[in-house]
Amino acid sequence: MRTTSQLSSLSGKESVPSEVEVAAKVQIRGLNFFYGNHQVLRSVTMDVPALQVTALIGPSGCGKTTLLRCLNRMHDLYPGNRYEGSIHVQPDGADILGAGVDPIQVRMRFGMVFQKPNPFPKSIYENVAYGLRLQGVNQRRELDERVEKALREAALWDEAKSRLHQMAHNLSGGQQQRLCIARAIATDPDVVLFDEPTSALDPIATSKIEELIVELKKRVTVMIVTHNLQQAGRISDMTAFMYLGELIELGETNRMFTNPTKPQTEDYISGRFG
Amino acid sequence: MVWVLRAGGWVSVLVTLGIVITLGTESWPFFVEVPLGRLINDTMWTPLFAEPQYGIGALLAGTLVTTGVALAVAIPLGTILAIFLSEFAEPRFRDWVKPMLELLSAVPTVVYGYFALLTVTPLLQKIYPDLPQFSMLSAGMIMGIMIIPYVTSLGEDAMRSVPMLLREGAFALGDGKLGVALRVVFPGAFSGLAAAYVLAISRAVGETMIVAIAAGLQPKLTLNPLDSAATVTAFIVQVSLGDLPHGSIGYQSIFATGAVLFLMTLGFNLAGHALRKRFHRAI
Amino acid sequence: MRSEAFYRKQEVLGRRRRALDQGFRVLGMVLTLGTLGVLGILLLNLAVHGLSRIDWQFLTSFPSRRAGEAGILSAWVGTLLLMLVTAGVAVPFGLAAGIYLEEYAPKNRWTDFIEINIANLAGVPSILYGLMALGLFVYQFHFGQSLLSGGLALACLVLPIVIVATRESLRTIPSSIREAAFALGATRWQAVWHHLLPYSTGGIATGVILAMSRAIGESAPLITIGALTFIAFLPPAPLISQPPFVLFDWLFSPFTALPIQMFNWVSRPGEEFQSNAAAAGLILIGITLTMNATAILLRRRAQRNIVW
Repeated sequence: MRTTSQLSSLSGKESVPSEVEVAAKVQIRGLNFFYGNHQVLRSVTMDVPALQVTALIGPSGCGKTTLLRCLNRMHDLYPGNRYEGSIHVQPDGADILGAGVDPIQVRMRFGMVFQKPNPFPKSIYENVAYGLRLQGVNQRRELDERVEKALREAALWDEAKSRLHQMAHNLSGGQQQRLCIARAIATDPDVVLFDEPTSALDPIATSKIEELIVELKKRVTVMIVTHNLQQAGRISDMTAFMYLGELIELGETNRMFTNPTKPQTEDYISGRFG
Repeated sequence: MVWVLRAGGWVSVLVTLGIVITLGTESWPFFVEVPLGRLINDTMWTPLFAEPQYGIGALLAGTLVTTGVALAVAIPLGTILAIFLSEFAEPRFRDWVKPMLELLSAVPTVVYGYFALLTVTPLLQKIYPDLPQFSMLSAGMIMGIMIIPYVTSLGEDAMRSVPMLLREGAFALGDGKLGVALRVVFPGAFSGLAAAYVLAISRAVGETMIVAIAAGLQPKLTLNPLDSAATVTAFIVQVSLGDLPHGSIGYQSIFATGAVLFLMTLGFNLAGHALRKRFHRAI
Repeated sequence: MRSEAFYRKQEVLGRRRRALDQGFRVLGMVLTLGTLGVLGILLLNLAVHGLSRIDWQFLTSFPSRRAGEAGILSAWVGTLLLMLVTAGVAVPFGLAAGIYLEEYAPKNRWTDFIEINIANLAGVPSILYGLMALGLFVYQFHFGQSLLSGGLALACLVLPIVIVATRESLRTIPSSIREAAFALGATRWQAVWHHLLPYSTGGIATGVILAMSRAIGESAPLITIGALTFIAFLPPAPLISQPPFVLFDWLFSPFTALPIQMFNWVSRPGEEFQSNAAAAGLILIGITLTMNATAILLRRRAQRNIVW
């Protein structure tokens, strides 16, 4: 395991003195991403610290969701996309963008929660068990245990335990999203990726999920894309600000919000543009 | 001008009324004369004989078996093709394959009948020499080919309406294309697919020329696809080929069987329509 | 920290999943080509057995008990006249119904009823249209076993196709066009006639061609109303060179049609009659496939040409 004492910024040339000593779970180096001929990410280099919540913020179109989806190679599902650079995931340090790497295997190491809840047309139990079955878990007892564990960690067990075998779409929006979180964490992934998970939910459901995420980070590394600056301020340890496909600044959340070093960061956070 | 258009709108209702009233009034005398018990219990369908038998089961068996064979061909093949076109094929490939598959349903059914009788049957006889000249197997298989576009087209439309977000959830967990297609898309599209299946059934039940040419014109109460037998539709054709003075027993019998056919397909059509609506509401 | 065994298992799972995907892709391709191949074999078969039979004599002779002298003259003339009646009835009524349902009809229970009705009609077996025509047109209205009865039967059969095609092509026109016309003071009919119909001709034409292609290939309804298979004469001509120039006797004439003729020949034993059947079938399938292909191309062109 490597300890990193450098927090990266724009091109890696400037180094900001370290504020915390953390183990990096994911190391992104010189990531460029192209959609056809159009370049969407420019030379992104950053370390995602383990067991912390890292928020990706920035105005629409800055590339934060694109960056998130590079990590679990979701872009491979669509034609015309191209990656350059490397992304190393600890503990083994493998470069998931390497030639010959199987995207399916990569995706089994990550969990993803989407902008809108997307439960499968199946029962609550089968939704959570889906990823487990994909990873070869098919003993009933183990499935039962891990499904319950995931639902508990997603703060859904009490509401779901009496209707495990009912269809998932009968749940409310907030419950469905928590189900999707349970589904994503059931397989003990290395990193859980959240893509604006509360943008379609009401404030009460939102705060439940925010509490959940803060609890989750004790066990998994979390990356969250959010449009909501207050949310980033509430739940994240580190914040990365992106603009027009570049990583402008990465740093400890409190410091970023009170004392950003880059002028663009300050402009965005103070609401001068959005 | 509007009243001209409104009249046009109601013409379709007139047509339905025409069908229903004609079938009803012309078959009424038959159903009045022939007791329900004989329709159910007689083992042969020979209403035109001097000693008539009214076992309509003999005709229904023919329809059942030919439809069964056709569905055994069309549903698996059609569904696999629908999954392939919806989840695996490139858009450009799909763009020219779909219309070509639709051409299958544009072939006149007499031509299919010719093909079944004069090409497929001899071919099958090479494999199974005891196959008679007319068989429900041969007719049913060709009927199945004809019906594939119904299953594939509607099925593929249903599957493509399943939102991408649902698929992405499964891909993000590490599933492959086939897994996502079978575990997420197929159940998600199910009522749409069911609508396609039901409409395929309706089409098979109503098919006339293929069975009249290749399955035989003798009603027979049998469930063996290697037999020859007449379907409801084939019987109507056979009687129509002869002389049909208004009100004769032959005339009444074809309207009676036509009424039965209408009720069967009406049931399937309404079910298919309801399933399709339920699908669109769920999506 | 995960064990080596865990990563290896994931690798195996990943590889198996990709192999399954590839395998299914191959299966899908094979089945697609196989299914289309059946159509190809069918065409080939017809060509092999029937192409040589098609010659001027075949096209201009009446059916005969001697297979070698038989021809399809009465059949193709019958089909032509039949299509005149079918199109003459189905197109105006179908257009009217389509326009009414799409542009005028209020969203109420009656309209829903009409729509369910049309969906159901599209699924009614063609032979039942023949039965209706037998009871209603042949006997009740006393049109007899004639071109008029046959044409009306087919018109009723293909009416839903025209209606649906009209509705769908009107539906693709964005409402901003209608609103612009209304804002300028046009009545609904003026909007339809001057603005909507011109844009939807592609889609409507596609529907009409598909409808006629369907009608040409139908035989069950015609057999039911008593179209005969041994017609050794032509119906009286609709147009003559003296006043009143247009006659209507032909509507009440007995007739035969291409698919009926083919059906008759298929039912006769002997290679010669079979080769006649193949020839008739080749012509028939040539017509319907060409019409369908044209309709598909038209539909493509219509969709591409107009940029809203």
